[in-house]
Amino acid sequence: MSNTRRLRTRVNGERAESEVEPRLLLSDYLRHELGLTGTHVGCEHGVCGACTVLFDGVPQRSCLILAVQAENHEITTVEGLASGPEELHPLQQAFWEKHGLQCGFCTGGILLTLIPFLEENPDPSEDEVRLALSGNLCRCTGYQHIVDSVLHAAESMR
Amino acid sequence: MKPAAFDYVAPDSLEEVLAVLAEQGDDAKILAGGQSLVPMMNFRLAQPTLLVDCNRLSELDFVRAGEGGSLHIGAMTRQRRVEQDPLVARRAPLMHGTLPYVAHPQIRNRGTVGGNLAHADPASELPVIALARDFEMRLQRAGSERRVAAKDFFIGLLETALEPEEMLTEIVIPPLAPRTGWGFTEFSRRHGDYAQVGVAALVTLDASDVCRQARLVYLSVGETPTDAPRAAQLLVGTSLDEEAMQAAADMAAEHEIEPSGDIHASEAYKRHLARVLTVRVLREANERAKQAGG
Repeated sequence: MSNTRRLRTRVNGERAESEVEPRLLLSDYLRHELGLTGTHVGCEHGVCGACTVLFDGVPQRSCLILAVQAENHEITTVEGLASGPEELHPLQQAFWEKHGLQCGFCTGGILLTLIPFLEENPDPSEDEVRLALSGNLCRCTGYQHIVDSVLHAAESMR
Repeated sequence: MKPAAFDYVAPDSLEEVLAVLAEQGDDAKILAGGQSLVPMMNFRLAQPTLLVDCNRLSELDFVRAGEGGSLHIGAMTRQRRVEQDPLVARRAPLMHGTLPYVAHPQIRNRGTVGGNLAHADPASELPVIALARDFEMRLQRAGSERRVAAKDFFIGLLETALEPEEMLTEIVIPPLAPRTGWGFTEFSRRHGDYAQVGVAALVTLDASDVCRQARLVYLSVGETPTDAPRAAQLLVGTSLDEEAMQAAADMAAEHEIEPSGDIHASEAYKRHLARVLTVRVLREANERAKQAGG
C-alpha cells in the first residue's frame, strides 16, 4: 500500500515537502499533513465549497484535487490571507463588522472564492455577489449578512 | 469518502500518455480536470487501478482559429479559459453563452472541455452543445488519430465511442452558417446545480426571415444529449411565429424526449418545462438570427 511520492509545493508562500500517497486529497494534505485546519471539509464531492483554496491564485475545490497534483504549484489557504497574526484581510474585516458568519464553517471557502471575484469585479451588484456565492453553501445565515459583508468589503477595497 | 488506492502517473507529453494507454488501457483512467471523476472516486463509484494525470499536457491547452471560420480547442483547456476567450465568443457563441451554466466558477477553473465531453453526462451542458453544433471529436491512440462526429460519439449513459487505448485530444467546431441565431436555457433549483431540463436551439434564416434550418437539443431528458429532429423540421419553412414555435415545442416535449421523474420533478413536469423552455429559447435564437450578418 506504500506507493508514496515526493510532493514539493508552496503553501501560503512557504515551501512544503512531504511523502504522500497519490490518493491523498489536497484538502486532507493541508489539514492533516500541514495542520492548516482552516480549510474545511464538508461534502467531499465538490458541492459545498467549504474546502475552496487558491491554486496558483485561482479558486478551486481542494477536495477534488489530489495532493500530488499540487507538485510545483502555489496554494493559498485562509491562513494565508491576512498579512500578519494581528491583521485581517479587508474581506475578513467586513465579515466581522457585518456579521457575515455564525458557525464559520463555510467562511474560509467563501473568502477564498470572493477575494479573486472582488479583484475582477471591484463594484459588483447584489445579484452578481449572489451569483458568485452560488457555489458555496451556508446553513446558518440565509446569506443576507454574507452579501452585506461582500458589498461592504467591495466599498472599502475600492 | 476517500478514494481507494491506485497507481498514478503524470506524463509530460501526449506521446507518453498514449504509450501508457496502449499498454494498460483496460486498467487506466485518464484524469483531466477531475471535477466529475474525483467525486466518483471519493464515493468509490470509480476505483481505477491506474490514474493517468494529463494536467501536465500543456500541448493540449489551446484555443486556435481554424480554416474557414472553424475553431479548434485542446482537450485539456480549462472551461473557464474557454468561457473568457474572445475568439470563442466570436466563432462559437452558443458554447460561449452556455459555459456560465456549467456548475460554478470554482469548478470551471479546473474542469476541462475534453474531460467534460468524455465523461458524457446527459445532464451536462457541453455534450448538448457538441451535438447541436456538430463538433468533430479527434481521438488519438499511439500512432493514429480518428475523427468522430458528435452524433456518433455519445452512445449511452456516461458512455462514448472512445476505446480504452484512446484519448479525446481536440475538438473542432465548424463555422456557423450566415444568419444563424442561437439560444440556450435551462431550469435548475439553484444556479450551478444539475438542471432538470435544458435546451439549445439554432435557427438559420433566409433573406426574408424564413427559417431554413433548425436544431433543438435537450439535456437531462434521456441517457445521452437528445436531438429533436422532428420538432426542428416543423420550424423549417415558417417565419418562426409563435404558432410554429409552439408546435415544435409540443412535438419535442411529447414525442422526442424521454425524461424520468425524480424527487424534484415528475416526468410530466419535465415535459412541461421542456415545452416552455423550447419556446423561450427559439424566440432568443430567432432574434439573434435576425441581427446576425451575412
